[in-house]
Amino acid sequence: MATEGRSRKLIIGLVVAASIIMGKLFYIQIIEDKYKINASNNSMVYDIIYPTRGIIYDRNGQIIVGNKVAYDILVTPKEVTPFDTLMLADALGVSPDFIRDKMAEYARNRRKIGYQSMVMLKQIKPEAYMKFAEIQYNFPGFRGQVRSIRDYPFNAGGNLLGYVSEVDQKYIEKHPGEYRPGDYAGKTGIEAAREKELRGEKGYHIYLRNSRNQIQQRFKDGEFDKEAIPGNDIVTTIDAELQHYGQMLMQNKVGSVVAIEPQTGEILTLVSSPGIDVEMLADIGQHYDEIARDPHKPMFNRAVQAAYPPGSVFKLVNGLIGLQEGTLTTENAYPCAGGYHFGNHKLGCHNHKSPLALEEAVMMSCNAYFCYALRNVLENKKYSNIGEALDKWNEYVQSFGFGHKLGSDFPAELGGTLPTSKMYNKRYGENGWKFTTIISISIGQGEIGVTPLQIANLAATVANRGWYRIPHIIKSSEGVEIDPKYNEKQYTMVDTTNFKKVINGMWRAVNSGYGSGGTASVAAVPGLDICGKTGTAQNPRGADNSVFICFAPKDNPKIAVAAYIENAGFGATWAAPIASLLIEQYLNGEISEERKGLEKRVLDGNLMSRVKAER
Amino acid sequence: MGQNFSDRGLKKSIDWKLVITYLLLILIGWVNIYASIHSDGPSSIFDFGFRCGKQFVWILTALGLAALILFVCPARLWESASFPLYLITLVLLVAVIFLGVEVKGSRSWFEFGPVRFQPAEVSKITTSLLLATLMSQSGFRIDRFRDLMLTALVIGVPMLVILGESETGSALVYAGFIFVMYREGFSGWWIAAIGIAILMFVLTLTASPYTAMMVLIGILIACNALNNHRRFNVIIAVNILVFVLLALLPWALGQIGTEESFIRRIKPLYVLIGICVCAVPVFLAKGFRERNRFISLSAISVLAGIALVFSVDYIFNDILKDHQRKRIEVLLGMKEDPSGVGYNVNQSMIAIGSGGLTGKGFLNGTQTTFGFVPEQSTDFIFCTVGEEWGFIGCLVVIALYVFLIWRLIYDAEQCREAFTRIFGYCVAACIFMHLFINVGMTIGLMPVIGIPLPLLSYGGSSLWTFTVMIFIFIALYRQEKKYY
Repeated sequence: MATEGRSRKLIIGLVVAASIIMGKLFYIQIIEDKYKINASNNSMVYDIIYPTRGIIYDRNGQIIVGNKVAYDILVTPKEVTPFDTLMLADALGVSPDFIRDKMAEYARNRRKIGYQSMVMLKQIKPEAYMKFAEIQYNFPGFRGQVRSIRDYPFNAGGNLLGYVSEVDQKYIEKHPGEYRPGDYAGKTGIEAAREKELRGEKGYHIYLRNSRNQIQQRFKDGEFDKEAIPGNDIVTTIDAELQHYGQMLMQNKVGSVVAIEPQTGEILTLVSSPGIDVEMLADIGQHYDEIARDPHKPMFNRAVQAAYPPGSVFKLVNGLIGLQEGTLTTENAYPCAGGYHFGNHKLGCHNHKSPLALEEAVMMSCNAYFCYALRNVLENKKYSNIGEALDKWNEYVQSFGFGHKLGSDFPAELGGTLPTSKMYNKRYGENGWKFTTIISISIGQGEIGVTPLQIANLAATVANRGWYRIPHIIKSSEGVEIDPKYNEKQYTMVDTTNFKKVINGMWRAVNSGYGSGGTASVAAVPGLDICGKTGTAQNPRGADNSVFICFAPKDNPKIAVAAYIENAGFGATWAAPIASLLIEQYLNGEISEERKGLEKRVLDGNLMSRVKAER
Repeated sequence: MGQNFSDRGLKKSIDWKLVITYLLLILIGWVNIYASIHSDGPSSIFDFGFRCGKQFVWILTALGLAALILFVCPARLWESASFPLYLITLVLLVAVIFLGVEVKGSRSWFEFGPVRFQPAEVSKITTSLLLATLMSQSGFRIDRFRDLMLTALVIGVPMLVILGESETGSALVYAGFIFVMYREGFSGWWIAAIGIAILMFVLTLTASPYTAMMVLIGILIACNALNNHRRFNVIIAVNILVFVLLALLPWALGQIGTEESFIRRIKPLYVLIGICVCAVPVFLAKGFRERNRFISLSAISVLAGIALVFSVDYIFNDILKDHQRKRIEVLLGMKEDPSGVGYNVNQSMIAIGSGGLTGKGFLNGTQTTFGFVPEQSTDFIFCTVGEEWGFIGCLVVIALYVFLIWRLIYDAEQCREAFTRIFGYCVAACIFMHLFINVGMTIGLMPVIGIPLPLLSYGGSSLWTFTVMIFIFIALYRQEKKYY
């Protein structure tokens, strides 16, 4: 085999390979400027300017979340000279050991840190920083950096607003390219839902440094600096005064109050109690463990995340479905002999006159009546079997916004549960169940799970006589567009005409006076025409839950409210007073003299001892 | 033996040009290691608390080793000891998987107190020795199947074990022995075929399988046309016509037919493969009839090309490990990733690029000294050269390496003993592979593969290995000079 000349070929190959390397070197070292520009970047110091976060306003222009100044203390370990630890600790308000530990930690990681600056202390108050600034010249390598942190001039709902905290590694990876360590981001509530608008854009000032890493001067007098762009402001639908009042009413009680403007679907108030105090929000890092350990779980936003049985307020839905299906008429009366009897069993009812037609059945919340109502729907001959009828019923209920997420702009909303024929077939076997098996759903018990937001939406839907707009907390404003779906009317499958008698019943439940049999006389406010429906939902963990939904005024409603108080007993004892006080405050701007006593009872009421902690 | 070197003195029998180049390179390495860490504060280049001081120790010991090899070890020893040495390193290579310490995810280092040593480095020497022994046997013919298999075995076994240790870089160096095989008569077409396969792999990933196939067919048609005795014939003309039509096909398909029409749904790649499947048997038959192996092989390589193009996806996504895939993606510009996998390369290219023509001057680099470039004194030492000494400095260093490799080849060709020649080529091939992969990595020509730059990078293992290799060759060469 001819091998002559192969060494020459290999040497040619060697020269070609070396030429490729030299060619590329020529390109990156002499022709291309990209690397030079980048390279100078590295010999420049980028002093990052953090933007101020957007301000959050309520519907009336009141600031509910603003900003205030705090300082981070940065250390560049390489520039630190021996210093007086005690003096520094005193100025910064920390223990000398804290500083010693930190410096020892930096010394251990000195290779990794190099010339970088480390954050030693976060968010110290301006007063403390001023104290440090006076003696800063004694401590080369230490400097302060301005950060803007959240300020809450109004106590308007920690859960609703959400908190802002430093991003961790997981968060950075979930949002590639958007965050760097040290940045802050909204983690819950409105802060998280509108993070993109609120956060703004970081800027920087460029300084030059020499090869000894000493900062020399501004790079080209700041010509290439970029100023931070503040975040967009957000206008919420919340009424701050009302939110605050709602929180006052709910203190020392576990549950939620949600108020919605029926015409627009705008959420006026959304209280979850117990909640996170706004004082803690600004410095969530310090309080996080304390909040997380609280057995009543203040982080848990009950208004949108807790699925409860609705109780008797659900009778409204069953009645309306009966009317629409034609299996119930407004005139027909059904007897109630202390309840609904089937076989040897009875679904009990309280004492009231009998028989009752729809309007009075709503007013007095008769259990037997609504058992007949649902039986007529489920045993309708129109459907081949009860399963088909139940699925039709399910479809109706879904149209009221139950059984699925409403689609509000609130993060982490829950959809709740609704029974289907499939579910019962699985549990009892095909044809293994009949109406009496599932009778408890007639009165809103059993396999129904709804959130307080959903029942507030039910109140709004009834107030509108058959439609709702998806509840939401953000309004359109300059620079912030909301999803057009919030402007669309969502129609239920029940016609407007069928709502009349039900609403009359709700009006009479509130406004018939004590002794009439109306369940919610406590909620009556003269002149406001409040329509309401009480509910008392069984709670396997202790006393019943107290439920009330209402809207007012009867014609042209301005506000719809749902109150859901855990372990508080009858709907009329706690939920109805709370909801009606909220309505009175919103529509009249004050509580009338006659109702001051009721207000005091609610404000002073403490139900915490009844609640079994750790759900 | 070894007593009689009066006939030619030290001055003439040793290739001083090689020795001086070697010394220059280790000196440059030492100075740049100092530059790359001087911001950490070594008091002088001899400060033993730092890498520059330690490297000084390594250099002294390496020079001691060199003297030992030149003046004490009988040069004849190497050939006869090559097989046992090879076996010992093989045992060490396997043992390190179980007994070694883990460094950066691969278990390939032995640790004895303060000293670490990597059998994969030693294996380069012993594999070269055994390869030289095997291939210098009289009657060895690399184009004979049995001999080719033996050669592949000698190279392949340590290579596979090292791959098993996840030392991809070191394993890749063994691919360089193909140049030695080429010098000893191995068909150059194999090197060409491997080159074309790598090109097609890259094209399939970055452009499309269609482009990759068209490049292959284009090369084959061009080669066939040049190989043909008659400068022009009908078949080649038809080939070229079809090739041009195929090249226009994707564009043409985009022109005719509306959005929904079936024409848009025709995939050019399947048209191409259809044509190939029809044409390949024709060419195979033609090659067989005319006894033209070139045509037959071309037809077969088209089939191999199709197989390659369709397996790229599988190889890339299922065989390569995550980090390897990412490195290739970044290298080929498929993903912009300046802070993740691409961080090292980006930082190192910035450092080198910022050097400009003449560099920032000794100890004045900012990129390398402030820890922007990772592994700055080991795998990325070339960054310091590029930043502080600029294009001119790089030119000098690359020129020294080219001279070193050229000189090794030149000397090897002078030798009468096949053993010395082949060993010389092995040394040259190893240095070449290290140089090309390492420098290629720092300037973005190669994916990030962690292997040191010979003689420049910090570290005793690597410095000793190359010192031993170079000086064994010098000793062998000296012996030739002494006796012939």
